[in-house]
Amino acid sequence: MLLRLLLLTLLGGLALTLAPGTAAAQTEEPTATEQVSGTLRTNVSGPVEGVEVVVTTADGTEVDTVETDENGQWAVPVPGPGQYTVTINAEDLPEGVVLTGENSRTVTVDAGRNQGVIIALSDGSREAGGGTVRWIQLLVEGLRFGLLIAMAAVGLSLIFGTTGLTNFAHGELVTIGAIAAWFINVQGGVPLIPAALIAMVIGAGVGALNELAIWRPLRRRGTGLVAALVISIGLSLLLRYLYQIIFGGGSEAYADYRGQRAVDYGPFTMTNADLASIVIALVVLLLVAVMLQRTKIGKAMRAVADNRDLAASSGINVNRVILVVWMMGGALAALGGVLLGLSDEVQWDMGFRLLLLMFAGVTLGGLGTAYGALVGSVVVGVFVQMSTLVIPNDVKYVGGLLLLIVILIVRPQGILGSRVRVG
Amino acid sequence: MGELIDALAVALKAGLGFQAVFLALLAIGINVQFGYTGLLNFGQIAFAMLGGYGIAISVSQWGLPFWVGVVVGLLAAVVLALLLGLPTLRLRADYLAIATIAAAEGLRLLFRSVSATPVTAGTRGLSGFNADFVALAPWDTSRQYPILGTRWSGAELWVTTVGWVLVALSCLLIWLLVRSPWGRVVKSIREDEDAVRSLGKNVYVYKMQALVLGGVLGALGGMIYALGTASANPDQYQNANTFLAYAALILGGAARVLGPVVGAMLMFFIIQFADTGLRTLIGNGVIPEDLLSATDVAQIRFVLIGLGLMLLLVFRPQGIFGDRREVMLDAR
Repeated sequence: MLLRLLLLTLLGGLALTLAPGTAAAQTEEPTATEQVSGTLRTNVSGPVEGVEVVVTTADGTEVDTVETDENGQWAVPVPGPGQYTVTINAEDLPEGVVLTGENSRTVTVDAGRNQGVIIALSDGSREAGGGTVRWIQLLVEGLRFGLLIAMAAVGLSLIFGTTGLTNFAHGELVTIGAIAAWFINVQGGVPLIPAALIAMVIGAGVGALNELAIWRPLRRRGTGLVAALVISIGLSLLLRYLYQIIFGGGSEAYADYRGQRAVDYGPFTMTNADLASIVIALVVLLLVAVMLQRTKIGKAMRAVADNRDLAASSGINVNRVILVVWMMGGALAALGGVLLGLSDEVQWDMGFRLLLLMFAGVTLGGLGTAYGALVGSVVVGVFVQMSTLVIPNDVKYVGGLLLLIVILIVRPQGILGSRVRVG
Repeated sequence: MGELIDALAVALKAGLGFQAVFLALLAIGINVQFGYTGLLNFGQIAFAMLGGYGIAISVSQWGLPFWVGVVVGLLAAVVLALLLGLPTLRLRADYLAIATIAAAEGLRLLFRSVSATPVTAGTRGLSGFNADFVALAPWDTSRQYPILGTRWSGAELWVTTVGWVLVALSCLLIWLLVRSPWGRVVKSIREDEDAVRSLGKNVYVYKMQALVLGGVLGALGGMIYALGTASANPDQYQNANTFLAYAALILGGAARVLGPVVGAMLMFFIIQFADTGLRTLIGNGVIPEDLLSATDVAQIRFVLIGLGLMLLLVFRPQGIFGDRREVMLDAR
């Protein structure tokens, strides 16, 4: 939940403190005693450490005073259910970080609950930058997000094109990349870049395993496409909750590149990590495009996606092409997961939440086409971010999903899809 | 041994309880759409959410009578079905699937968002809306009643009774419908849409009717769930529930009147038995704590559902009662 909130507020322009972390993630197992907790951070400069947090009861008696830790987190156990006021000492805030509203909040703590407290902060460096224009900022952030979606969605679209499978378990390939990189990076102590490369290899391996262990045998059995779709949902559920058991319900950040300050580029600001992820995504997608356009296997992929029987009869080894598509899709999704984990932290269901936006992107671009997925995903990413100009931040995904439904009404074949009317 | 009997009793209660009714109604709705008509509605939980919140919002936020809340919930489900069906029913099956799952997730996000908090109370959820309903019970709802080795509160018993009556009525309705000319048209749409169209039937309208009917049944399920838990919280209506209902339907047998009901009861029995059994084994130290902790058990059920769904579709797509030839498992 922590993460979701974070994610939703990420682009809002205002950086935010985030709180109900524990509250939502752990509602199923209430803590034995009541407490209030929260995280002080801004999305530009990261967690805010060493800020004094004072918790008082409704009649003004002080319960405890703590300082935020290096992750910006704080927690104070309270004697029982009731109203508490949380105040932070604004003078402890680092230079450039200012309060968006009040420096105190009054919350009601229910029995056995860990009540999250949100105190909104914004990063003053943004105002200091002068030329900051909100829509440009959102456009850039939308581009970054859209490129991430695109990276994950290319595989989804190509798998659909080559096998006809609507793979609802594709989001889990994204998550596996992020989680694998997290374990290698945080538990294994390997720097993030090699960890990301290993995660891509793992992603490719999982993709290959998907094809070899499940989908190829099923195609051989002649399993229908709808059955395959439901099977992919089963697989998605299986993997997703397995991740939750292994990884836990919380959200974790990588060990490297955390808490970077945004660099001012005039009309917009951006952390170096975000800039790097844009560059990486662009380069990787360009390579994919070149591969599809120039190499033999790339042409074979497009041929199979276009007309499988014709491709097979002209001597293309369709099964091998599909295997390569799965491996490529898995590796790209894993990389997308790592980059998403870098900006929004790693969570067990991050891939599933991205899946619906991937579907939106792929549908917009035209199901089954590689370039369509690219264009569509970027449009969806930008649309979702820019929509926060008019709608509140925490419903911006709803905007993206609405866009999906509107596309289906107006142009179901997508931007680059062929005009075949089906059904 | 005593623990085994306890686990069985708890599982039996789950298999007969209002959660099973909830799942059964969702699955009956999906049976109309997927089993008989061949529509892939992956957003059934959204209909349930509208049903549950229809009562919750009307009663506890707007102060309307209980029955008005029921009507509001049903109307909301009809409107959602029309909105989703209009653009997608002319398209290939997977478009409807994507649109419905997107709508379900979108609605859940919307209901738990800060901007909707004045109406839906956000993530805190609504409660205290079932007093009128519980007051209708013909017995003392404040007492506990021992049945089959477990204790049921009077209110729980009342919700469950009403729920099973609803299930029975829905089954009767479906049974009558599929024997009618309407049922024959709908089943032929599942088998060959073009053939039906060439016979002059308006396929689009029939599909829409099936979608609305299934959605209304889902909304009824959501109402029973909200009344049973006496609360409505957006996160109770996770997407995974839709697939739980699919698994129940396929387990029991799609395109069979009683398939979803038997499937739902069995499903909850199995889940609860595995749940209690695993917890007991962990508590006894048979399963070491570091291999699987008691908090992981809640997730295990979804892992098992996912695995079960896959295995069923691969090895026995017709489930317990179904007919393999009748199970719509091909895309169009």
